[in-house]
Amino acid sequence: MEDKSRLLEVALDKNMKILVVDDFSTMRRIVKNLLRDLGFTNTQEADDGLTALPMLQNGDFDFLVTDWNMPGMTGLDLLKKVRADDRLKNLPVLMVTAEAKRDQIVAAAQAGVNGYVVKPFTAAVLKEKIDKIFERVEG
Amino acid sequence: MAGINLDTDSSNVGSEIRTLAENMIQQLERGNLGQAVALVNDLNEVRDRTLYNEIGRLTRALHEAIKNLRVDSVGAASEIDNATDKLTYVIEMTDKSANRTLDLADAGMPLATDIHERSTQLSGQWKKFLNKELKPEEFRSLTKDINQFLIDSAQQSRQLQGQLSDIVLAQDFQDLTGQVIHKVAALVTDVESRLVQLVAMAGKVDSITGISHADLEAEKAEQEEAPNITAEGPQIDKSSDDVVASQDDVDDLLSSLGF
Repeated sequence: MEDKSRLLEVALDKNMKILVVDDFSTMRRIVKNLLRDLGFTNTQEADDGLTALPMLQNGDFDFLVTDWNMPGMTGLDLLKKVRADDRLKNLPVLMVTAEAKRDQIVAAAQAGVNGYVVKPFTAAVLKEKIDKIFERVEG
Repeated sequence: MAGINLDTDSSNVGSEIRTLAENMIQQLERGNLGQAVALVNDLNEVRDRTLYNEIGRLTRALHEAIKNLRVDSVGAASEIDNATDKLTYVIEMTDKSANRTLDLADAGMPLATDIHERSTQLSGQWKKFLNKELKPEEFRSLTKDINQFLIDSAQQSRQLQGQLSDIVLAQDFQDLTGQVIHKVAALVTDVESRLVQLVAMAGKVDSITGISHADLEAEKAEQEEAPNITAEGPQIDKSSDDVVASQDDVDDLLSSLGF
């Protein structure tokens, strides 16, 4: 497993364009820092679903990392919009959120999320989930 | 909440008074003074009944306002108690984060100091070497020191990098506590507006006392739980069955769903 993920790391495109969506700038910074540590430097930010959606529609992003609880449009609604959009429906989505109810996680899964990380989280968990998402997407 | 409407049924009251008044004029025209006086009493009765109805309505509205305030639920498991728990959570999170950040800075400081002191010292020696002021055995010692310094500083700067990255991570409390504080602030605003309503109502029924609310007590307004899934913010009580306690629980749940 360890070797496999290391091989995958080489295969993962470090230049892929990532959109980080969270209403708290500190959290966006944390996620961006972690992504940078993992080698992903091509990141952009949005502070809620309403600003994120047009960016996704016009910006050929390869990966979406989003919070759930945001004013304007929540992460779950953003996920639903993405899945309902023909051009975006296959976009890998990782939800990084404080929402920790079983019903909520099931709802996110049903809406088509690719990974779910509960806050507070560690760098190792984030890396593991990203690896797993792209392992599945590519495999 | 039902608002106070003093005009309710006023059209009914109006037509009742009109009928009585027309009737009274007819009786007067026919010279039936006794009948006319009886009708004046009827008019009085209508007025009194209307007044009692309005007082009843006001009292009911006041009672609703008190119920909405939920003053009887202050204490364990009340909204206020819940908000207190949430604020305690904020204190814990910020405290933990501040301590973690300070610990990491404390651990990193000596490493940075060591790199600084040794590089300053080696730089002095190196200058001497360039000026050909070093004896051969001093030069041998310098090369050994430089070698060791390069090994150590590579390792120490790596450690520092890790500590700085952990300091960044320790700031994640701001997002979680921010969400909790927003919720408590919303509750405070809500309670305040209910209190204002109550004060306004109390002013209107100031002089009315001794009215029973047995019938109102019976209809308990049950708080409906929203059937659709919405964002709730961080869960403070992780022991609850419908809340996942860790990332492992999330992974288990998702894998049970075929992820």
